[in-house]
Amino acid sequence: MKSIKNVTFKTMVVLSAIITFYACGNSEQKTTEANDSKKVEKEAEEVQAADEKKGVGKFTHVDISPTLDKQMADAGKKIYDVKCSACHRLTDEKLVGPGWKDVTKKRTAEWIMNFATNPDEMLDTDAIAQGLLEECLVRMPNQGLTDDDARHVYEFMRENDGVK
Amino acid sequence: MRQSELKTLSLLAIAFATTVFSCKPKNVSTTTSGDAAEKVYVAPGKYDEFYNFVSGGFSGQMTVYGIPSGRLFKVIPVFSVDPEKGYGYSEETKPMLNTSHGFVPWDDLHHIALSETDGIHDGRWAFANGNNTPRLARVDMKTFRTAEILEIPNSAGNHSSPFITENSEYVIAGTRFAVPMPDTDTDVPINTYKDNFKATISLISVDKESGKMNIAFQILLPGVDFDLARAGKGKSHGWFFVSCYNTERANTLLEVNSAKNDKDFIMAVNWKKAEEYVKAGKGIKKSVNYAHNTYDEHTHSATSVMEKEVIMLDPKDCPDMIYFMPCPKNPHGCDTDPTGEYIVGSGKLAAVIPVFSFTKMLDAIDKKTFEGNYAGIPVLKYDAVLHGEVKKPGLGPLHTEFDANGNAYTSMFVSSEVVKWRVSDLQVLDRVPTYYSVGHLSVPGGPTKKPWGKYLIAYNKITKDRYLPTGPELCQSAQLYDISGDKMKMILDFPTIGEPHYAEAIPADMVSKNSVKFFKIEESKHPYVTMGEKEAKVERKGNEVHVYMTAIRSHLTPDNIEGVKLGDIVYFHVTNLEQDWDVPHGFAIKGANNAELLVMPGETQTLAWKPEKVGVYPIYCTDFCSALHQEMQGYIRISAPNKNVPLQFSTGTNQPKFEEDKF
Ligand code: HEC
Ligand SMILES: [Cu+2]
Repeated sequence: MKSIKNVTFKTMVVLSAIITFYACGNSEQKTTEANDSKKVEKEAEEVQAADEKKGVGKFTHVDISPTLDKQMADAGKKIYDVKCSACHRLTDEKLVGPGWKDVTKKRTAEWIMNFATNPDEMLDTDAIAQGLLEECLVRMPNQGLTDDDARHVYEFMRENDGVK
Repeated sequence: MRQSELKTLSLLAIAFATTVFSCKPKNVSTTTSGDAAEKVYVAPGKYDEFYNFVSGGFSGQMTVYGIPSGRLFKVIPVFSVDPEKGYGYSEETKPMLNTSHGFVPWDDLHHIALSETDGIHDGRWAFANGNNTPRLARVDMKTFRTAEILEIPNSAGNHSSPFITENSEYVIAGTRFAVPMPDTDTDVPINTYKDNFKATISLISVDKESGKMNIAFQILLPGVDFDLARAGKGKSHGWFFVSCYNTERANTLLEVNSAKNDKDFIMAVNWKKAEEYVKAGKGIKKSVNYAHNTYDEHTHSATSVMEKEVIMLDPKDCPDMIYFMPCPKNPHGCDTDPTGEYIVGSGKLAAVIPVFSFTKMLDAIDKKTFEGNYAGIPVLKYDAVLHGEVKKPGLGPLHTEFDANGNAYTSMFVSSEVVKWRVSDLQVLDRVPTYYSVGHLSVPGGPTKKPWGKYLIAYNKITKDRYLPTGPELCQSAQLYDISGDKMKMILDFPTIGEPHYAEAIPADMVSKNSVKFFKIEESKHPYVTMGEKEAKVERKGNEVHVYMTAIRSHLTPDNIEGVKLGDIVYFHVTNLEQDWDVPHGFAIKGANNAELLVMPGETQTLAWKPEKVGVYPIYCTDFCSALHQEMQGYIRISAPNKNVPLQFSTGTNQPKFEEDKF
């Protein structure tokens, strides 16, 4: 069996293991843990939440203007047609992956651009990505986007979400 | 090696083996050293130290093994079709196997030559010869795919090939069979061999940037059989050395009739001189017809061009270009040591291994120390060119490789052993058994100026009882030896596919760092590429139906096709839209009379299909690509020609018309 496929199954196994583990952990905590440990937990969640928003990858800060850069969005559409449209609709309909409607409202630019360029690592570490994989059961592929490509596709997503 | 001779030698070998092995230890564990397992163990997830590019013999393919583990990584289709990969079946790859005899789906691949710069491996191309329908192939080490196949005209069995010069200026192709030349009367009695049959060698130039091959010139020679060859290096750069047998020029029962002469020849070719003669216009243009096939990684397609001309040099018009050195007896191996000073002849029927000196050869040429001539070509005196003989090396010396410390390793076919000897004083230093009847040897970098050494691999001709039996037909056998110490130590025995003749090994990082992971879809110049699902479509052109199809985890687009009629030919142009490593998609259709396609990420490949019956045919992806791989399927409907079904195609929208009626 080939490496990627291996990873797919490995991850699925690990994932289900994690899911079961969390479930047990929670119930235990609910019944036995004291207040201060809950506080620690909450802090950890906050840190994690901040990380989750940006995901994992090279994009730590992306400047986004309130208005649309039409040229970028057009370049992004071209990439979408070749490399993304097979799996993503522009509506909220799920195909192989989730529909893109409102994705820029749900996720930060950094998260989306990181996920688009670094899906393997994020699917192994990022909780949101892992949650999506649980629903879709197909690993979002690395489609070989350059940094600029990722930015352009993001702009196209913004256009799709009504930014003018 | 020649079939008849192989048989006799094999019989001899077996007879020998039964006598000798009965007194030798039968159990391998007594011949391997205690730390063998540790030396060949490559832990899970770790990489081998060397790539071993191995000839696949009568399979027609080239194989890639890891050393020291002996694990098989890839069978690269070269001269034979491979339905698994669609090689030779897809419209794009069919032209690769075109020849002047039409489509030839098989060949007999014997030897490997890795490209060199300054006499050292450069990790760019692996060349291989087709011994049957004379051909030369170039495999690109970035993609591990056959990039080019060149047919060799005026040849009848490209055995003495593809040995290479130290800057990959030329690859040699020498014919094993002499034949009547096509520009003379070819319908002649076979027993007029001596008068009418000629041999040639070709020098094929290699473009420094693209690797593209071109027959620079050929040399017309008396009708001997050329066996193996090596280019000179260092001081002997500019020369080629070629072993010749059947100097008797027999045309029947060569087993006996070609073994009459005490000595055959090693032919020394001054190719720099030959180049000058070509420049000076001494060559004669011969009209010929041969196929030149190239695979373009941008169009993902091969093209075959018939070429019509070669330049032929005749030694008659080109003095000082060719000399013969007498060499006992039916020589096979003809190997130059890393310094380029010594040329080792391995006469299969000889009792000694002669080692020739390049300096002495030049001196003898200078002083015209000839013992006569053969078909007008000067024959140098044996003693005048000899550095010395390795005495009592063993039985049936075949081929020699070298390490970086002045040692040579010669395979002994009949006595099934490898003999290590010192080049300077010709002393035998060590010998180890092989199992059984060893042919070629390979030391990493062994034929170059800079042997990487450390290991020696023996490729055997006979397997017998080495592995669990698999009926009458067995796998081939190879043995790995640690040669880092004074004594050779067998550390591994591994099976190979048929038949491993010669092989070369190269440090893994020289190759792995360049390995292509996928083809960039935006760079595709395939005429039928589908750039995204939006472009997917079905087009009719007369009775041709072109399906522009995309594949991505986990669906084909379109996956419902209707309106195709019996009598149509359907071309499925399948573009894999993935842009990640190791996500090929396959494509198969029920009842296809050719094969499947295996389409790499970013690539387009085409399967032509002529439906023979009306009906609905399933199509699907054959390479397990995702959790929903089994769902990656669809249908094509074939209708009677008079039934008016409009051409239509879709994915996901072709729903039942009257859903409510069902309830
Ligand atoms: C082979 C199908 C496939 C292709 C092609 C594909 N994706 Fe995805 N994508 C997925 C799947 C499936 C998910 C859900 C996560 C998972 O299962 O791995 C996803 C998730 C996403 C998400 C997160 C969506 C959300 O709702 O949070 C983004 C952003 C995304 N993909 C961007 C892209 C971009 C950009 C491209 C093109 C360059 C692309 N995808 C191409 C399958 C695909
Ligand atoms: Cu598939």
